[in-house]
Amino acid sequence: MKTSSIVNKIDWQLTIAYLILMFFGWIAVYSAAYNADHPNIFDFKMTYGKQFVWIVVSLIIGFLIINLSSRLFSAFANVYYVITILLLILLLFFGKEVNGNRAWFDLGFFRLQPSEFSKISTALVLSSLLSNVDFNLQKKSNIILSALIIFVPFVLVATHDTGSSLVFLSFILLLYRFGLSAWIVYVSMYLLFLSIISLIFPFYYIVIAISLIIISVVFYLRRRKEIRQILAFSMLFIIISGFYSYSIDFTFDKLKKHQQDRIRVMLGQDRDDEGRLLNVHQVKQSTIAIGAGQFLGKGFLNGTQSKGSFLPAKDTDTIFCTIGEEFGFVGSILVIALYVFIMFRIMHLAEKQKSKFSKVYGYAIVCIFAIHFIINIGMTLRVMPVIGIPLPALSYGGSSLIAFTILIFSFIKMDSEKWIYA
Amino acid sequence: MQDIFSSRKLFIQAVILIACIVFILKLFYLQVIDSGYREKSNENAIKELIVYPPRGQIFDRNSKLIVHNENLFDIMVTYNEVPKNIDSIRLCEYLGIDMEYYQEQMKKAKKQSRYKEFQFLKQVSIETYNRFQEHIHKFKGFYGQSRFIRNYPDSSAALILGDIGEVDSSQIKASEDYVYLSGEYIGKNGLEQSYEKYLRGQRGVKTVMVDAFGRVLGSFSEGQYDKKSKAGDDLISTLDVELQKFGEALLTNKKGSIVAIEPNTGEILALCSGPTYDPNILKGKIRGENYAKLVRNKNKPLLNRAIQGVYPPGSIFKAAVALVALQMRAIDINFTYYCPGYYPIGAKRLKCSHGHPACKNVMEALMHSCNPYFCQTFRNSIDVDNAKSIALDYSKWYKNMMRFGLNQKLGLDIKNEKKGNLPDTGFYNRMYRKSWKPTTIISLGIGQGEVLMTPLQMANTYATIANRGYYIVPHLVKNIVKDGVKYKNPSIKKVMVPIEQSKYNAVIDGLERVVVSGTARSSKIEGISLCGKTGTAQNPHGNDHSIFVGFAPKDNPKIVVACVVENAGSGGGTAGPIVSLICEKYIKKKLSPAREATFQMIKNRHIIKFNLDEDIVDSQ
Repeated sequence: MKTSSIVNKIDWQLTIAYLILMFFGWIAVYSAAYNADHPNIFDFKMTYGKQFVWIVVSLIIGFLIINLSSRLFSAFANVYYVITILLLILLLFFGKEVNGNRAWFDLGFFRLQPSEFSKISTALVLSSLLSNVDFNLQKKSNIILSALIIFVPFVLVATHDTGSSLVFLSFILLLYRFGLSAWIVYVSMYLLFLSIISLIFPFYYIVIAISLIIISVVFYLRRRKEIRQILAFSMLFIIISGFYSYSIDFTFDKLKKHQQDRIRVMLGQDRDDEGRLLNVHQVKQSTIAIGAGQFLGKGFLNGTQSKGSFLPAKDTDTIFCTIGEEFGFVGSILVIALYVFIMFRIMHLAEKQKSKFSKVYGYAIVCIFAIHFIINIGMTLRVMPVIGIPLPALSYGGSSLIAFTILIFSFIKMDSEKWIYA
Repeated sequence: MQDIFSSRKLFIQAVILIACIVFILKLFYLQVIDSGYREKSNENAIKELIVYPPRGQIFDRNSKLIVHNENLFDIMVTYNEVPKNIDSIRLCEYLGIDMEYYQEQMKKAKKQSRYKEFQFLKQVSIETYNRFQEHIHKFKGFYGQSRFIRNYPDSSAALILGDIGEVDSSQIKASEDYVYLSGEYIGKNGLEQSYEKYLRGQRGVKTVMVDAFGRVLGSFSEGQYDKKSKAGDDLISTLDVELQKFGEALLTNKKGSIVAIEPNTGEILALCSGPTYDPNILKGKIRGENYAKLVRNKNKPLLNRAIQGVYPPGSIFKAAVALVALQMRAIDINFTYYCPGYYPIGAKRLKCSHGHPACKNVMEALMHSCNPYFCQTFRNSIDVDNAKSIALDYSKWYKNMMRFGLNQKLGLDIKNEKKGNLPDTGFYNRMYRKSWKPTTIISLGIGQGEVLMTPLQMANTYATIANRGYYIVPHLVKNIVKDGVKYKNPSIKKVMVPIEQSKYNAVIDGLERVVVSGTARSSKIEGISLCGKTGTAQNPHGNDHSIFVGFAPKDNPKIVVACVVENAGSGGGTAGPIVSLICEKYIKKKLSPAREATFQMIKNRHIIKFNLDEDIVDSQ
């Protein structure tokens, strides 16, 4: 029978790990948003009741994906990509405006967040492109094409959701995995570093700092034969870095006040130019909450720090605080281990794919998971600036949960058919 | 296809693992090495405090404040935050409670919710609160919640103003337009109840940082998550509080009521019910105890006799009977009836109470309050075709009488108004199995029998006469003041009672003669033409009820007053002087020494003995 063969072919380790994550998320959302007046976990007025609905919807979608053909994903990758890009453009005009951002379409019963779905379509279209037989990332035109595919949704999403837009940048790792020159990775990492530094320190500090470093390097290399070339290259490096740093400052000044504030908060600053206090208590409170959990945690529903309004996104972006506070070091490690297991399992399965499409797609999912995981937990632990981005499958939110479920189950489906076509 | 870059998988794995190692080290540091965070988590907590808005205040018609707010504090506790070693003895000392109460409340707090604040001690005075606040750092988990209760500087109009109390669960469920929290105050009766949606305002939320000792460090995140509370709307009442107090004084140790209305506006100037009580005895912690006393008192001080007392109107009914008969052309103004001292009903006789000459017109009949005259008048109204179709004729008369607002709630803006009674045709058909004659119900013509009116209806009927053809539904609130802007009370309605002016004028002439030379001669006011009618309602349980309704002055009346004093005998004896004093006080603002003596005399006339209790505990 067809179903029984499917049951034997799907990777149960990955499936079960993901399901555990999803149900654990529900419990965590319940605890984070717990309201003594509505103690029922199925209360649909509360986020935990709604999350239950999204879990059921996700399970149905997962079941459907497993029973459909995986061709559905590979064959229409370009179509999905175009549709989501169009949705993102429409969002600029018809989106529901909340806090000055247009992030959703309000469908009444559901707030559709196209940015979540554009992650899937971008992953699919990149997989489709990179799996072409005559495609290689040594060719400039191919690099530009891939960069463009990433850049368009990145810019569109960045207009309303800085955090989510960073997800697209994670695809650089994907391109690197499939042949992009390591230099490009290094340069982009340097530029990213320089951008952040430029926002924190004044432009001339940075030029002086870079110059000092370069001068000491040059001084160290002064006996080399190529000292002229090194000197010339160093000059160029300082000039380009300085110019880049200055342009970052310049662009920042052109942004609107609330956008500036958001970037400042992201960088961990607590005051704006006029010395006005920004809303950063969230950052300080999150480590207090996690620290208060100690080794075994305060116990389910016993957290005090991760409740109340001081964490504005207590059931979405800072859900890890609740886990840290209530389930302690043990619980936190288990959640981290679960994520690492899922990502490594996908990579392991990806390597075994005969179809290059499935293989690239697997890595694309790993990239998406990794950046969510690193930024979100890094932010709550204060090793990263505050960037609003959900924790996959754990944070409250219908669009996000459904999107991650589609990602995981479409890959599970492809994996189950790895012998059928190459 | 050979994947020449497969070793790059290691780079991606390394990125993930390095992040994990950083996370685990940081977690290890936060959760295992540094044990200070658990204490810190108890410090710098952020609390959401409810901010109750001041309730709207109530002013009288002369802008005198008659209901204002008093700031008190509820002591709240969050069970989980209270340390085991709390100095509960000191806490009890500062709050003036005993250990038993403390333990009982803590048990309740635990039962309700360990994480939610619980009303530990309600309505603590500002002095007690300040003393407690100085030591609040010793009592973690406790804090003071500012509340507003009501204060009544004039100690009057208790039943009109009503009072507030904690909302009960059925009210929370029933409320559609506002979400009440348990413990929130709601208007329980009177104006507080009927204007609740204006008075209550909108509560707010304030997020504050609280340190390890429960001290509020300041607003959290510059009040970004705060919701401002909004004060309730003020009401401008139609009451003249001086007149109200004056009326209440007149009703001292009497069961009865006074209704004073400004006829052309329907504004109630005073609505007194005796015996009454000081509304301040129902505020704060003593409410329950005193309320029980009021409920148990045999004189029923909680009964608002002005709107809930129903009485046979007696002779005051005759003015309306005359007007309807004139309008129905059953009689004309010069209808004459030779009173033999009684009215024959079959073999029986209905006595005329006053010896007087023959009444040659309606005016004289009203002046002498001649019973046979009005029996005949009534009979003419319902016996057009020699009793061929009494049901039809009676129903016409009934419809005309109903226009004065009888047998229906007038729609006063406080609850519990009674509708009185005026039987309809169906009632008599059922009662007499369809065989009834005009003489069967003849006593209706003189305000006896089945007809019952509230004092409010009596005043309203005479307001219609004073206005010569309309009344404005009596009301107690003139304006609603929202954010400093006055709005007219939207529920004010006008009702027409179309009868020819000449007929109103004839009846008013008669009512003037009642006071000038009729049954209410003792109620004359110097310089003011009072028009009115005495009534004496027979009472099977004791002495007759004394009734008087009147208005003054005759032209452009400024005030209509109805007064009923139970078991006080004839209308001219007690109710008449009360009405005349009220009119004089309202129009002249001052009483002459002679009239002051009358006031004292009536005030000291004791018909009942009312004492709420030997000891009433003062609220502070």
